[in-house]
Amino acid sequence: MSEMEPQALAPAPANTAGAGVPSSRKRRRHYSVLTARDKLLLALMVGIPLAVFVILIWAMTLVSIVWSFTDWQGFGPLHFVGLQEYQYLFTGYPSFWPALSHNLLWLLFFVCIATPIGIFLAVLLDRPLRGSRIYQSIFFTPVVLSLAVVGFIWELQYSPIAGHGFIDSALAATGLVNAANTPDWLGDRSINIWAVLVAASWRHIGYIMILYLAGLKSVDPSLREAAAIDGASESQTFFHVVFPVMAPINVVIVVVTVIESLRAFDIVYIINHGKNGLELLSTLITNNSISEASLIGFGSAIAVVLLVISLVPIVLYLTRVMRTEEQ
Amino acid sequence: MDDLEKKPGFLTGGKVTRREVLKTGVIAAAGLTVLPAVIAACGGSSATPAPAVKVGSNHSDASELSGMQAIDAAFATATGVTPTLNTVDHDTFQDQINNYLGGTPDDVFTWFSGFRMRFFASKGLATAIDDVWSQAGVSSNFTAGFTGSVTGNDNHIYGIPVDYYPWCVFYRKSVWAAKNYQIPADWTSFLALCKQMQTDGLTPIAFSDKDGWPAMGTFDILDLRLNGYDYHVNLMTGANGVKWTDAQVTKVFQTWAQIVPFYTNGYAGLTWQQACDTLVQKTSGMFFLGLFMTGEVATVDSTAVDDIDFFPWPNMGASYDAEKALDAPIDIWMMSANSKTLQQNMATAQQYLAFWAKGTTQVLMYKANNGFIPTASDADTSVYDVLTQKAVTIVSSANKITQFMDRDSRPDFAGANGMQSFLLTFLNAPTADTTQLQGQIQAFWDALPAYNATPNGTFNPVPATPTPAAS
Repeated sequence: MSEMEPQALAPAPANTAGAGVPSSRKRRRHYSVLTARDKLLLALMVGIPLAVFVILIWAMTLVSIVWSFTDWQGFGPLHFVGLQEYQYLFTGYPSFWPALSHNLLWLLFFVCIATPIGIFLAVLLDRPLRGSRIYQSIFFTPVVLSLAVVGFIWELQYSPIAGHGFIDSALAATGLVNAANTPDWLGDRSINIWAVLVAASWRHIGYIMILYLAGLKSVDPSLREAAAIDGASESQTFFHVVFPVMAPINVVIVVVTVIESLRAFDIVYIINHGKNGLELLSTLITNNSISEASLIGFGSAIAVVLLVISLVPIVLYLTRVMRTEEQ
Repeated sequence: MDDLEKKPGFLTGGKVTRREVLKTGVIAAAGLTVLPAVIAACGGSSATPAPAVKVGSNHSDASELSGMQAIDAAFATATGVTPTLNTVDHDTFQDQINNYLGGTPDDVFTWFSGFRMRFFASKGLATAIDDVWSQAGVSSNFTAGFTGSVTGNDNHIYGIPVDYYPWCVFYRKSVWAAKNYQIPADWTSFLALCKQMQTDGLTPIAFSDKDGWPAMGTFDILDLRLNGYDYHVNLMTGANGVKWTDAQVTKVFQTWAQIVPFYTNGYAGLTWQQACDTLVQKTSGMFFLGLFMTGEVATVDSTAVDDIDFFPWPNMGASYDAEKALDAPIDIWMMSANSKTLQQNMATAQQYLAFWAKGTTQVLMYKANNGFIPTASDADTSVYDVLTQKAVTIVSSANKITQFMDRDSRPDFAGANGMQSFLLTFLNAPTADTTQLQGQIQAFWDALPAYNATPNGTFNPVPATPTPAAS
């Protein structure tokens, strides 16, 4: 895993293709290292992915940015309105700031709570433990489920209807809460974002756990032995020996956490399409541009805001990767 | 085709998740792209393709789907052509309507009358069906009100009205008899009844707004009765200087605030089906929704349907009570514009739409789900149950009829992060000052791009005033 990730992210195709050239040809043809066929092959191998990348990523991004300066509704000519969409978004649209803060809250919650729990579980399950595989399977199961299914499961858990929702029924049965006035986990806009974060974490924790566990398995056991001989405690061994060795995995974990937080969508959309306290930038985009509303210009403006936010961690990550490469 | 018919449970097995529907859509889309190629490959010898028609339906509930299957079977018997039925989850169908109609839609599809029909007709995404309308026995089968509801801005006909349902206050007769409740004639006695029910341990008004749209029904009826039909229509369309910041709107919110304390606990997390279930289970006293709710009642407890009764919204004491206005949305069938198969299937598609204009066809859907009252004048009213007869009477006695907020106004205004969110914000703190909220609603309206459907560029739908055929 640690070996594969940086490679996959680096612009490797050219090297790989070059390595495939048989060395015997070099001896036969002295004028050029590559035959015309090789050149064609190379051009195709670099060109096709590049074209796909440019069309699907850069062109789409640029088109979205252009659309965000229009009030296009999906039909007819583009009508440019300057920064009007942004101006309304920032100063007038009541759903925008809640959505932005929910996205940031999501990020904060994942970074500070869900991801550390996942790492902690991985460390625990890395020890020789009876039934470790069973625990791993249990924690990993939510990852296999689609977020739509996760949303459905938690909707049942949180249901406020007597006899439907497990959590409220349990609270009422233990007498902690008056049965007639149980919390409305998904409907009460002061608590529903937290309820959703718990549901999303339930899945995220398993994901992080399995990633980290794979990394832990690859740590050289002799390092731990050496630390033990030097008299380091369990926690000292982890924080001063294992954790630094895991640096490549740690970066992956951070990237995965940030990506998962910024693209949060399914679970909220399943619950109530992202309204009433569950606004997210992603659901705002969908509700305004992909739904019956078809406000593509306005939706694009929200998408550009999300893009700018996403650029922050991407730039941080890339500068880090490039710095290590220079070294 | 046969395979599809043998597996009717695929999309109907109780709850269908959005993901499943999308998946089916993707598979169907993949199939549709492959199919023409296969046909082209096999073709060459046979000149005329076999008559066929592709039907896009939002009737995803079990009862409605069985109605669709009965109708398509009847159409096959009558014409020898079995329609290809493409059923999509009701809400998903709505969310994806733009992509659907702009992409590769079916030849004919289910939709809603009024502004929502005109919106897509004016965008060129629907085909005018004047030739179907002028066929013998089609236009004569509908009253002027229904005809108005399917007439586009360009005066062409764009749909066949097939059913409608009024919004009323539902209750269980047995519960009311046991407690000796009387139908409230005016607002004061309605509030008194709510208080009495609360004392008796009932939730006075079953309410849910997770779906976002149920709250719109209450806004509509209060605005209609407090401020009148004309004001409501102007408000929905932003016409004649009517604004959301008006004192009339404030009055609607203030009146509404009086009954919010009587709503179901946790309504914002409940679907309308869950709220309906509390009425069936006799834990709530009243439920304000469309007549289609009887379908859910039948699903939960078929014996309870005979125990359901309803009354129109109580008089508010304003002069507009006399209008007896109410929401009675009309469902229609339309012909798409972008269907790849439409030209080749045109004759059958027209036959199919004309088939829906018959009372005998519409009654098949009615028999599957009593919430859909036929619109055709020649529908056999002897099959109507007591509730339907009552509904027909209420609607025919209404002097003014509206569709519903999300059908009478722009779709981009009524969406999840538009009016749905604004009404939820109001419900969250009903007694708070609504000045800021009303300002936000108006600002949202003002920020929407200009709507250029009508030739002169004004946003001016012509709401229908149907007077359905009373039995």
